[in-house]
Amino acid sequence: MADARAARAADAAAAALVWSSAVLVTGVFAWVLFDLVRLGAGQIDWAFLTGEPEDFGRGGGIGTILVSTGLILGVCMAVAAPLGLGTAVLLAEFTPDGSLLGLLVRRSLDVLAGVPSIVFGLFGNAFFCVYLGMGFSILSGGLTSACMVLPILIRSTEEGFRSVPDEYRMGAAALGMSRAAALRHILLPAASPGLVVGLTLGIGRALAETAALIFTSGYVARMPESLFDSGRALSLHIYDLSMNVSGGDPRACATALVLVALLLAINGSASWMAERWLHRKVSEA
Amino acid sequence: MHSNRLSPRLGWAAACWAVLLAGCGSGAPTQATAGGASPEGAKPGAELSGKLVITGSSTVAPLCAEIGKRFEKLHPGVRVDVQTGGSSRGIGDARGGLADIGMASRALNADEADLMGHAIARDGVCVILHKDNPVAELKDEQIVAIYTGKIANWKDLGGKDAPITVVNKAEGRSTLELFLHHYKMKNTQIKASVVIGDNEQGIKTVTGNPDAIGYVSIGTAEYAATHGVPVKLLPMNGVAASIQSVKDGTFPLARPLTLVTKAEPSVLAKAFIAYARSKDVHDLVKDLYFVPLD
Amino acid sequence: MSHSTKDALLAWVLRACAVAAGLIVVLIVVFLCLEAAPALRNAGWARFFTDPSWHPNRRAADGTFNLTPMLWGTFFAMTGAVLVATPLGVLSAAFLHFYAPKGLAVYYRRLIELLAGIPSVVYGFWGLVTLVPLINRVHPPGASLLAGIAILSIMILPTIALMADAALANVPRAYLHGAAALGLSRWGTLRGVVLPAARSGLFTGVILETGRAIGETMAILMVCGNVVQTPRSLFDPIRTLTANIALEMAYAMGDHRSALFVSGLMLMGQIVLLVAAAEYIGRGRVHG
Repeated sequence: MADARAARAADAAAAALVWSSAVLVTGVFAWVLFDLVRLGAGQIDWAFLTGEPEDFGRGGGIGTILVSTGLILGVCMAVAAPLGLGTAVLLAEFTPDGSLLGLLVRRSLDVLAGVPSIVFGLFGNAFFCVYLGMGFSILSGGLTSACMVLPILIRSTEEGFRSVPDEYRMGAAALGMSRAAALRHILLPAASPGLVVGLTLGIGRALAETAALIFTSGYVARMPESLFDSGRALSLHIYDLSMNVSGGDPRACATALVLVALLLAINGSASWMAERWLHRKVSEA
Repeated sequence: MHSNRLSPRLGWAAACWAVLLAGCGSGAPTQATAGGASPEGAKPGAELSGKLVITGSSTVAPLCAEIGKRFEKLHPGVRVDVQTGGSSRGIGDARGGLADIGMASRALNADEADLMGHAIARDGVCVILHKDNPVAELKDEQIVAIYTGKIANWKDLGGKDAPITVVNKAEGRSTLELFLHHYKMKNTQIKASVVIGDNEQGIKTVTGNPDAIGYVSIGTAEYAATHGVPVKLLPMNGVAASIQSVKDGTFPLARPLTLVTKAEPSVLAKAFIAYARSKDVHDLVKDLYFVPLD
Repeated sequence: MSHSTKDALLAWVLRACAVAAGLIVVLIVVFLCLEAAPALRNAGWARFFTDPSWHPNRRAADGTFNLTPMLWGTFFAMTGAVLVATPLGVLSAAFLHFYAPKGLAVYYRRLIELLAGIPSVVYGFWGLVTLVPLINRVHPPGASLLAGIAILSIMILPTIALMADAALANVPRAYLHGAAALGLSRWGTLRGVVLPAARSGLFTGVILETGRAIGETMAILMVCGNVVQTPRSLFDPIRTLTANIALEMAYAMGDHRSALFVSGLMLMGQIVLLVAAAEYIGRGRVHG
């Protein structure tokens, strides 16, 4: 009897603990967001989203910075997506479990996933900017972030492929399809939610990145004309406004809000797409 | 039929890599430049064109970026790229040719005679406290005692009983060098409680801590103080720390904001420096609370 | 083209992709080594541990280069954050699966995903203007190991929470039915059945969050005070290896710059150790 009472008490205590940790996490998040909204929300209007920074960033907008950020992401994805897809397909579909290549690549990606972003910054500066002579440019920044997002991209794409039932592969083989054809027509569509999730996570990581971009894509806040121009990323703009420009806080908060909204939109649309895919697959079946 | 549709995708991937590899091939030997200093400078007499890479002091960088924007409007063929860093980096890049112009928030030293310095504005370094701190003035030796850890409580200076939070600047900043030089201290002697990077981090640190003492650019501090931020600028040797005292030359710890070039700058760099020193940019200088040249 | 040639071609293209992806780490290490070489040549490894302080100079002979206080700084901040974030993250996952009403769980998961995406500068900015002054009121100077641990915990929480979420989702339904049949309470089920079954996923989550904690830079730089010293209490300011690089890289010349690449190499070393530890423990579980 006493045991049962003790168990009930433990259960109640655990429930309280779980609930309070959830409340704590939500509370911290609300606190951060509240501060950002309080300081920054009043600054956001159409002119802010489209204009060029003026008065050292205290005035004007972030239009040019959004463009630079978009270009950095574009370069990043144009390189990382095909490379990541290829590697994921190899690891998931073409590599037997004990293969040395698979093992080495997987180990190396594990390490790459853990490399601190500031080390990517050091590497990007030494390799892309100086050694390859790209200078501080959107190209350098994009390529550096491509290296950075590759492990996330590969991991979730690979998961996508692994979640495809083996019957699909056998069916394709039974129909006499080449592996390339099976990949294109059966496996790729079935695994696409994994790819989409990977792309989303990758974009999210690249979008939020500061340390790797300071030393690669640089500080220039004007409208970029080519990929070889230096372009300031959103998060770097936030850093500069809050750390280097007196009176930059309101704009820093507004920029942060825009960044968070972008992330929310990207995450939201990705899970919406993934759900739609799942839905279509289920209804087709 | 089926399998044909795979090839565009692979083609795309291949193209990406071709671009990458081409980049490697062309870039490797010649271009060891972090800033991509422009080989195609401006020809004399012709309309100015080309790219100007400016690196260095984070104190000067926002000003230079705004001047650059205006300069680009005047000369549509010119692009001015400003990268932030520190004075030492600006001077190093200018010397090594990584940048066309370096930015420094101090005058050139004697051992930098191989370079040319061009002042574009004046600024000072001043000690700041939180507005609620009752201490109104500190003598030089008191500041030295605070920064070397000999005085650690405000009550020894006529303030309240609270430990002093000493805010110092990180290595490489010329604000740090000037401060140390003025008070004849070595960085190894300083006992800091907080080490900061750029000026505004110093303002924020002092704002958030009523018992902190820090030193920053007068421009940054005065902008903050006049915009409702609770900091106060301490006078130095009885001279008020203000744009005014920097302007009339009485403030002891003043410094020129300097553009640095090699002895023979390019035509484009010369034109930019002339513009940065002209009256046309005085409003920008004042907007940042620096002092324009006469 | 016949099926087999096409498949062979595809396999080679894929292999090329994988090799390229795998070589990035090698490239990073090579370039870090190249850039670190001058400092190692002029100062040698030992001085990074035995010098009296960290007062770098562009000429190795004129400076001192002791990195150990920063190694400790990184270690303490990481350990603290992992100790705080892991229970919170695992409890959050438990909340999602066993406690929250269904409608709430969706939103809570979305919230954690969003937390994961917020850039570190935003956390750092918030920490500097809100958290540091708050800590200062308790114990000056406010910018401290404690502030770093708090901010880091918030930042790595989503990593462990989402990994734990996935791990709990993978626990076979049959286990839960079994637990219900035994009449175990919700907490009993969680502690006795679910968490042990999800152990491997939870462990991966801890490794991943540790990696993030070691590597975090901008937020730490903004709230930790950056004084190069081995902390004696939670309220002492610290400087981490990553903050050191970010703070000085743009200013460093010569051997000083090179020394920062040495600290980059040390960070890489820590990550490799972490991955090796994960591998070792993972293998141990397979056999044991």
